[in-house]
Amino acid sequence: MEDIIFNKLGYPILTLTTFLPIIGALFILFLRNDALIKWVALITTIAVFIVSLPIYKHFDKTTYKMQFVESHSWIPLWDITYKVGVDGISILFIILTALLSILCVTVSWKAIQNKVKEFFISLLIMETAMIGIFVSLNLLLFYLFWELMLIPMFLLIGVWGGPNRIYAAIKFVLFTLAGSVFMLIGIIVLYYAGGKTFDILALSKVHYPLSLQAWLFLGFFAAFAVKVPMFPVHTWLPDAHTEAPTAGSVILAGILLKMGAYGFLRFSLPIFPDATRAFLVPMIILSITAIIYGAYVTLMQKDLKRLIAYSSVSHMGFVTLGIFTLNKTGLEGGILQMINHGVVTGALFLCVGIIYERTHTRVIEDYGGLSKSVPVYATFFAIFSLAAIGFPGMNAFIGEFLIISGAFKVRTIFGALSIWGVALGVTYMVWLYYRVVLNEVNPRIRHHLSDLDLREIATLTPLVILVFLIGLQPDILLSYMHTSVEHLIEQVNGSAHGQAYNFANLITQYIKEIF
Amino acid sequence: METIIDIRPLLAVLVSAVGALFIIAAGKKPNLREFWSVAAGVLKLAIVVSMVPAILDGKTIEYTLFHLLPGIDIKFKVDSFSILFALGASFLWILTSFYSIGYMRTLNEHAQTRYFACFAVALSTTMGVAFSANLFTMFLFYEGLTIITYPLVGHKDTPEAKAGARKYAIYLLGAAKIFLVAAIILTYNLAGTLEFSKNGLFSSNAISAHPQLLYIIFIFFLFGFAKNAVMPFHGWLPAAMVAPTPVSALLHAVAVVKTGVFTILRVIFFVFGTALMKTLGADMFAITFASFTIVMASVIALSRDNLKARLAFSTISQLSYIVLGAALLTPSGMVGGIIHITNHAFSKITLFFCAGSIYVSSHKTEISQLSGIAKKMPWTMTAFAIASLSMIGVPPVSGFITKWYLVVGALERQSIGVLTVLLASSLLNAAYFGPIIYKAFFEKGNEGDHHYEEIREIPMLVVPLVLTAIGSVILGFYPDFIVRLAKGVIQ
Repeated sequence: MEDIIFNKLGYPILTLTTFLPIIGALFILFLRNDALIKWVALITTIAVFIVSLPIYKHFDKTTYKMQFVESHSWIPLWDITYKVGVDGISILFIILTALLSILCVTVSWKAIQNKVKEFFISLLIMETAMIGIFVSLNLLLFYLFWELMLIPMFLLIGVWGGPNRIYAAIKFVLFTLAGSVFMLIGIIVLYYAGGKTFDILALSKVHYPLSLQAWLFLGFFAAFAVKVPMFPVHTWLPDAHTEAPTAGSVILAGILLKMGAYGFLRFSLPIFPDATRAFLVPMIILSITAIIYGAYVTLMQKDLKRLIAYSSVSHMGFVTLGIFTLNKTGLEGGILQMINHGVVTGALFLCVGIIYERTHTRVIEDYGGLSKSVPVYATFFAIFSLAAIGFPGMNAFIGEFLIISGAFKVRTIFGALSIWGVALGVTYMVWLYYRVVLNEVNPRIRHHLSDLDLREIATLTPLVILVFLIGLQPDILLSYMHTSVEHLIEQVNGSAHGQAYNFANLITQYIKEIF
Repeated sequence: METIIDIRPLLAVLVSAVGALFIIAAGKKPNLREFWSVAAGVLKLAIVVSMVPAILDGKTIEYTLFHLLPGIDIKFKVDSFSILFALGASFLWILTSFYSIGYMRTLNEHAQTRYFACFAVALSTTMGVAFSANLFTMFLFYEGLTIITYPLVGHKDTPEAKAGARKYAIYLLGAAKIFLVAAIILTYNLAGTLEFSKNGLFSSNAISAHPQLLYIIFIFFLFGFAKNAVMPFHGWLPAAMVAPTPVSALLHAVAVVKTGVFTILRVIFFVFGTALMKTLGADMFAITFASFTIVMASVIALSRDNLKARLAFSTISQLSYIVLGAALLTPSGMVGGIIHITNHAFSKITLFFCAGSIYVSSHKTEISQLSGIAKKMPWTMTAFAIASLSMIGVPPVSGFITKWYLVVGALERQSIGVLTVLLASSLLNAAYFGPIIYKAFFEKGNEGDHHYEEIREIPMLVVPLVLTAIGSVILGFYPDFIVRLAKGVIQ
């Protein structure tokens, strides 16, 4: 039985959503007026958002199958097809990408002064690449988008970034490239092992021997772990985040980091189920290390942006923890938390960017007493800080709740340790808020401060709405993923063949193979 | 049991939050602003009172706002326990509003709009806790209360106030994140729901499979709801005394601390259920810690010369009466614990009101300075004496009723230990309240002192505290109503 449902809308909706930004970018190429460029970029991103809306409306939540599928032969010799589709997991990231892209344009309105044209072109190419990754059903197509994303991101950091931008940009590219090389090798091996096809759905139906699975798992893991980023390959992230312009940080935090976790869900779990189960405990331990280590490092940051960046390490630890609990609660929590993290951390970066534009300092010590001089800003910042610490009724609480609930089901100690991570999260976030917003007013920055203008309020308000909407009605997102997640769990557990794999067995087997 | 679906619980919660918006809008006009405070208070009380008849008939009122996950809703449910707590809190809010107006204006405090707005929202969250139908909703409002009272505790904006407020936030948020989140998630994993239920929400399978885990969950709840100030997580309460006195009065005699004991009682009765508490032996754990707190806090209170600090430790001690009573798990013990929520509220708010009245009129904060003050402030000190008698448990003031039920409860349980604790505590209470009253009434004041001659009682402050003192006495003479509500909780 075919696992796909072809697009019935009469027009190629996914292709349109994916490539609309590129069309906007092409248009911008011929413009000279900066103001016009900004408007075209804004209209394009809004158009993408509107064009993507029918996807959610017509999506069938009752099936795990890929929907809105378009398939066109491209290079038949190697079975490279242009095949795109969405299921209950990827669909959510399209809306997130479309939404955050709009906000990236509005927040860059004033912040970007030089090379405006190039900036917005890069931004729009990024959007295509990101949506492309989430809709690809062909491994090579996926890889193509994966690499396409690298160039505009490199430019965003390297051209419009902070003082240390070149170092950060190169570090980012080197880390990511190093990871993707392993993935490329993995893709090629998979092509031959899986019966000469790049079709992701076909590949996930083949059962591979455990040792091959394990090697491939590690290959893909290298690429995904860098992107997430998981401990200990997270060190590019603070630099990239800190140096990137606000829009770049938002995209990094909001979407780029999700690619790695998405990769685990789309490839590692369904294609290498036995290896996934074998590597389960190490993966969970790495995740918890990221949560706790990340939180401690966050605590001692002196730079506003670096602090938020390191908190991403901790938060993404929750995401991978949720994924590798391999139970429905944890997995759904993990996926939801990806969205939540995109919303909340994206919003926090926006907040930092907004205040940086005024004061031109990111040192926490320079701030203080913002609640008195910019009360509207302080209120927005308070809402996002509370959301970040998982205040009940807000979005991150639901995600954390599900993840920790899943972790407790695996082993009590995992749950207990992640609780410790949550408590640390409260500490650094509340302390940050205290130092920046409460405390004494710092006279050095006072005369630079002015409260939010309408454009900035309009940028932050959609995220506030999302924070509460997801927090109070998580079902609007969770209902999309139920069947897909159940199917995913079936895929992981379905191929068990009565064998109990664990990490120790695997190592023994490796040693046998090598000698 | 009949259930009514009605929006009134939500309205009761919202009315003061909406009031807060009016308060902020009227910030520049003090009289209008204070009108909104009082209006919201009266309306809230009216809504709560309107639900009383149905509850006394044995019905419950429910209203579901949001459905989040299977077994997790934002849902309100009014039963007799909710009503008992909500009535006390909303009634005392009105008196506190008047008292606050007098206090804040006489002292010419800054940021009064922030103060009244936060106060109103704090009452909303308190009502939210009272009317919660499940652990999630309760946790939501519980955390909200911590956040919204933070600016109230640190109101004075001095380094000392900030340090106190910080300690307050760290203790409460920290305990909630570390213990409560874990406890709630584990409860959800074991029971599949967070909805309160009369006989507890764990199935017999879960109980027999994970008794140790359940025991740990209970410990997490007991310490996680750190607003109940059971030692060793009591440190926030004395620290929070840097707040203006009306804040201490309402929040640390009624809203915040009572939220702490209310929540843990909800957990004992409606999450675990009395039967499971006994099976696990978790009652012994609670009794031990509560008893220790009762005695220890009283001993510390003895050593404090600052009036508010002594009251703070007295509060810590008295709160554990409530936990102790509930943990006795005998009919009278539980009734004693539950009614003490109201009895202690009326008496302790009187004491705090008096402390504030003394401070505003004479700027005295230490007990050693109070010689002969009763001559100048007869109303205040008489109210103080009445409330002290209630704390000690002397008839006919309301504290006696509590003590009576608790002693009977201890006898029903045949626990000499608890009996000893109750007697020792009564003596200690007498030992730390007695000297204050003696000093105020029978020692000679410094008559030549210019300051002393100028001391005048302020009517705006005295009227509320006289009313609460009278309330204490009425509750002592006519305990029927709240005892009936309390019996409704445990039957």
